[in-house]
Amino acid sequence: MSRLKQIGDWFEERLQLAGPIREAMTHHVPRSSASWWYVFGSAALTVFCLQVVTGILLAFTYVPSAAEAWNSLQHLNHDVTLGWYLRAVHGWGSNFMVALVLIHFCQVFLFGAYKYPRQLTWIVGVFLLLMTLAMAFTGQVMRFDQDAYWGLGIGASITGRFPIIGAAAVHMLLGGPIIAGATLSRFFALHVFLIPGLLIALVGLHLLMVLKLGVNEWPMPGRIVRRGTYEKEYHELVKKDGVPFWPAAIWKDMFFSAAIIAAIMACAAYFGPYGPSGYPDPTIIQTVPKPDFFFLWLYAMLALMPPEMETPALIIGPVVLIGFLILLPFLSGEGEKSWKRRPAAVVTLLLVAVSLAVFTKLATFSPWSPIMNAWSGEPLPVSYLNPLSPLQRQGVLVFQDKQCHNCHEIAGSGGKRGPDLTRVATRMTHDQLVRQVIQGGGNMPAYAKNLNPAEVTALVSFLETLHPPNQPKARDAAQAAAQAAAPSPGESNR
Amino acid sequence: MIGDREEVNEKQQTGDLSRREWLTKIGLLLNGVAVTLLAMPIIGYLVSPLIGADKGEYKRWITLGNLSEFPENQTRLAKFENPITSFADGETDHIPCWVRRMQGENFQVFAVNCAHLGCPVRWFPQSGLFMCPCHGGVYYEDGSRASGPPPRGLFEYPFKVENGKLMIEAGQLPTLSTTAKLVTRSRGCQG
Repeated sequence: MSRLKQIGDWFEERLQLAGPIREAMTHHVPRSSASWWYVFGSAALTVFCLQVVTGILLAFTYVPSAAEAWNSLQHLNHDVTLGWYLRAVHGWGSNFMVALVLIHFCQVFLFGAYKYPRQLTWIVGVFLLLMTLAMAFTGQVMRFDQDAYWGLGIGASITGRFPIIGAAAVHMLLGGPIIAGATLSRFFALHVFLIPGLLIALVGLHLLMVLKLGVNEWPMPGRIVRRGTYEKEYHELVKKDGVPFWPAAIWKDMFFSAAIIAAIMACAAYFGPYGPSGYPDPTIIQTVPKPDFFFLWLYAMLALMPPEMETPALIIGPVVLIGFLILLPFLSGEGEKSWKRRPAAVVTLLLVAVSLAVFTKLATFSPWSPIMNAWSGEPLPVSYLNPLSPLQRQGVLVFQDKQCHNCHEIAGSGGKRGPDLTRVATRMTHDQLVRQVIQGGGNMPAYAKNLNPAEVTALVSFLETLHPPNQPKARDAAQAAAQAAAPSPGESNR
Repeated sequence: MIGDREEVNEKQQTGDLSRREWLTKIGLLLNGVAVTLLAMPIIGYLVSPLIGADKGEYKRWITLGNLSEFPENQTRLAKFENPITSFADGETDHIPCWVRRMQGENFQVFAVNCAHLGCPVRWFPQSGLFMCPCHGGVYYEDGSRASGPPPRGLFEYPFKVENGKLMIEAGQLPTLSTTAKLVTRSRGCQG
């Protein structure tokens, strides 16, 4: 024991770190902040460390070349001992890290922690959030499969929407004219050196400020932040009702971090690594690219936004959003911290959270995409066909053969791009159906060129059968009235 | 300790100090020059993807195949190798495109990349439509936009027929600002 102490003393004499470390660990924090609500930041840091370690280990095997990356991932998955598990931990660690950073962000926002004097801590935090998302995106590119390839195409297409600098920005992003070897190399440099280096530096700055300025006290309604008096009040609070960070608060951080690591390990073991999906050969166009979970909301928004809004939203949206987040501590640097007295903040957060959740949920089944093989792979139920006349059955063939089923659902099968046609006859009359098929409209292509009159007749006669037995077909009231007023000779033919 | 330093400071003569300050400034200047000199090759290296891009130096005429490979009134998938390649590209150099042959030497060659966000569109000959799997963009057989979010029709490569072979001018990923060829077709009075 004394030998150990001697060795310790030898280092301490030279490093002189024990004092500052002890001071940092045992500095007093408000008792109210030793709470389970304050564990998300430290857990995000823990997961970041995990990502650095697993990332370095993966780099032992991974080959950052467009020609070899996919093969090296297969090699990791199948040949290298526990390679699959490290990939899985890194992939799930990424999900957990984004989630934790987002939760930390929401907590800090709700607790008013961005207010004086912690404005810069918040601004650095905004950049940490953006870089965490950048790591998630560039990480998806490292998994150089079809999703990564077409994901890069989407990134390039978004970049290409910038006026004037668009072309140059696309070439800079891709490292050349197309998505190729140079693209993966530069994303590797971003994912492995540039962004993590910045993250480490900014995390250091973020933590330094937390230590220097003290952790945000639990917000109490009515306890107003004022520039002149806040620091004095905070120090009095810590003096009067403070506890040493170690051990009064840190045990909760430790418990939570350990639980998160355990959860990541469990997810990795149970769900395994992400992909890689198909081989990144652009000539394989039978692919349905989708982004990773944390970008699904964006995928949904890009499908649902009105097309004419898209370019402005893509260019101006991020500027406004990031600008707002950076300016927030200057716009409301003082005043109430408690969420109980900040209804606008709570409503804003809820609105954003609910929107993102809804968009993410929608993106999991992407109702805006045609189902590319519904026309050949999803037959209509036989019960729909049995009562049909030969002409109507011919209409079913047209419906399938012309890919109507890719976008339109009938009896629960088919695409959701267009309206569900299960009861279309109750909504549209014969004439309306003919017009819609021939001219298109709304979001439907016009089929005049690709259907001959016989096919239109057959198709519409089938569509007119699509109504429940107890619900009549839609009819044109004007036509009925006209016929009643002047019965034509044709009437007797019916 | 602090007292010692102050004594030293007092001992220093003002002339001596100003000379050192001056030398420090020269030192800063020298480093500034060095950084500037170093920055030039670094910037040149970083912007290398841009060099020649505005003059279209990436683009070349490439043979897609014999005319006989593309029957009239049909649209077929063709593949070509990107004109500029590097050792680390793997399969990413192999680029697909849709070739529509109308009559004779009348062609349209479309990029597979949807004009919305670049996903690969698929051709359905039965309904005469291109459909995109990502966000539901749909195009007519002539590449004009039929429905969905795309802001324009499909991107087209310039083509020519030489010695019985179909050639296109290609070489960069088409996006709204790096178009294969800017063709804005509207369906006019179609509907």
